[in-house]
Amino acid sequence: MFNRRTLLGAISALAMLTASGSAFAQDKYDIAMICKGFQHQFWQAVKAGAEKAGAEFGATITFEGPETESQVDRQMDMLAAALSRGPDAIGFAALDSQAAIPLLQQASAAGIPIIAFDSGVDSDIPLSTATTDNVAAAALAADKMAELIGNSGKIAVVAHDQTSRTGIDRVEGFTNRIKEAHPNVEVVTVQYGAGDQLASTEITKSILLANPDLKGIFGANEGSAIGVANGKQELNSNVVVIGFDSGAAQKAMVASGLMNGSITQNPVGIGYETVKAAVAALKGETVPKIVDTGFYYYDAANMNDPEIAAVLYD
Amino acid sequence: MTDTAAPAQNTGPRISGAFHRLLAFSGLIALVVVFSLASPNFMQTQNVLAILQATSVNGVLAIAATLVIITGGIDLSVGTLMTFCAVIAGVLLTYLGLPLPVGVVGAILAGVCCGLVSGVVVAKLKVPPFIATLGMMLILKGLSLVISSTKPIYFNDTPGFTQISSGSIVGSIFPALPIPNGVLILFGVALLAAFVLTKTALGRYTFALGSNEEAVRLSGVNVDRWKIAVYAAAGGICGVAGLLIASRLNSAQPALGQGYELDAIAAVVIGGTSLAGGRGTILGTLIGALIISVLANGLRILSVPQEWQTVVTGAIIILAVYADILRRRSL
Repeated sequence: MFNRRTLLGAISALAMLTASGSAFAQDKYDIAMICKGFQHQFWQAVKAGAEKAGAEFGATITFEGPETESQVDRQMDMLAAALSRGPDAIGFAALDSQAAIPLLQQASAAGIPIIAFDSGVDSDIPLSTATTDNVAAAALAADKMAELIGNSGKIAVVAHDQTSRTGIDRVEGFTNRIKEAHPNVEVVTVQYGAGDQLASTEITKSILLANPDLKGIFGANEGSAIGVANGKQELNSNVVVIGFDSGAAQKAMVASGLMNGSITQNPVGIGYETVKAAVAALKGETVPKIVDTGFYYYDAANMNDPEIAAVLYD
Repeated sequence: MTDTAAPAQNTGPRISGAFHRLLAFSGLIALVVVFSLASPNFMQTQNVLAILQATSVNGVLAIAATLVIITGGIDLSVGTLMTFCAVIAGVLLTYLGLPLPVGVVGAILAGVCCGLVSGVVVAKLKVPPFIATLGMMLILKGLSLVISSTKPIYFNDTPGFTQISSGSIVGSIFPALPIPNGVLILFGVALLAAFVLTKTALGRYTFALGSNEEAVRLSGVNVDRWKIAVYAAAGGICGVAGLLIASRLNSAQPALGQGYELDAIAAVVIGGTSLAGGRGTILGTLIGALIISVLANGLRILSVPQEWQTVVTGAIIILAVYADILRRRSL
């Protein structure tokens, strides 16, 4: 008896969910977004931006991502389920661009437009990619660094890795800008700490001990930047530190002045532009291949300005 | 796997097991019916195949976990052992450039060896299975990262590798039904495990260990040896799961794996295997794994927000175990 009743309860609960789920889908566009990780604040900010655009342009958004950024197979399952659901468009931030290509081809064959966001896919299938221009963002970090050290002296870079697109773009964007625009500034070393705070701390300390006349260090992602600031603190150094991204720890370091400033991406803008591009594509408008979602430099002086505070996340 | 269903009042562990499977099976059918009614996209061939493919890795891991759980133990290392075996396949095939069969055998052997270690720690060193396999889970997670230098190992130089999971032998014969090979491998592993459990000495001792280990020991059986054998067999099955996931992603992703053991254990429990040991079936576990994937897929197709998907999955697990408790009370 009990079993039957509980089963019926479960079924009716599901039926209710169903009813509420399909009630929207009539006139509005249905856009499925699959990101890299569900719980991280960065992705929640992307989701907020997507929902804002959805409300503005008349689209319902579903937003999913695996528990961690390593669960490539779970992301494939989500993409496969989204395809079966037959949404009007798909937004996709690939964890591993190779693994996703067969499913993306399937979507493309089914005539579902795909907009990539956050990081690109090595394929022509996405109509557009909404992402941060990491080269330009790192170049802005280079300009700020040069300004803070008085346009001359030695600096170093601590980055997360040599292989990911963001790692390559930020290191090259930074070092090239220094070479081109700031001839009296010299990047003495670029080292990699896998984005691990502790590893980046140790690297920073060894760089500082090896180069007593070093004037500044750029940490190229959240973990690297926090590591650089920790290393500076442990050695009581007064080297200039510029970071990347935000997060509660980094925001506190910028506010306290331990970190001179940092570059933040615009996750809300990434979500917003993805949905905007998807709706444009559905209306038959041409969409740009790359949508630069922007980035900002923030420091203790401006981080509470409404425009900046809106794109910072914990 | 062939027992027929019988009403619960006919007591006896074998028949009541069948009853529970009937319950789990009707749960699965109910889910399928509800989702089919709710969305025309659910029952399409392509989606059914997507569900089966999503089940393949968790299903194989759950079969490994079932063996250990029937002995009254638990194996928390199945997820990271799977990853470790995938990384070993990557080392053999991509780093060392060895032929495909060597990679396949090597990955499974690596699983067996790790299972042996867990088994020895549990049986000989008397470390409780929860702790022993928790330790192994972390050791294997770390080793996978060390061996791979924390980077994915791609199988681009071994073109046949993706066929293990994503190719379709059935599809090459019946083009209308491209069942991925990974699904066939899941069913193959299930048949083999069910055969071992029901027809061999290893299977009989697996159940006996879970029911009353002391009685088995007192009757002169070398308990330790059989227990180690069960963990080794589970390890080998995790090796198969490692090959499946690596083949599907065309890469060994070293950071993945932790957390997968919980999905596997959930499938086992939903399928009616008792965490107290001595009772369980492979068919039940298969149904449990299917319930988890059908639920995940169906809720996604209905655009249920992800937060609520998690809530519903949790509720189903509790419901399934509660049903099990009710059934045992009625015995």
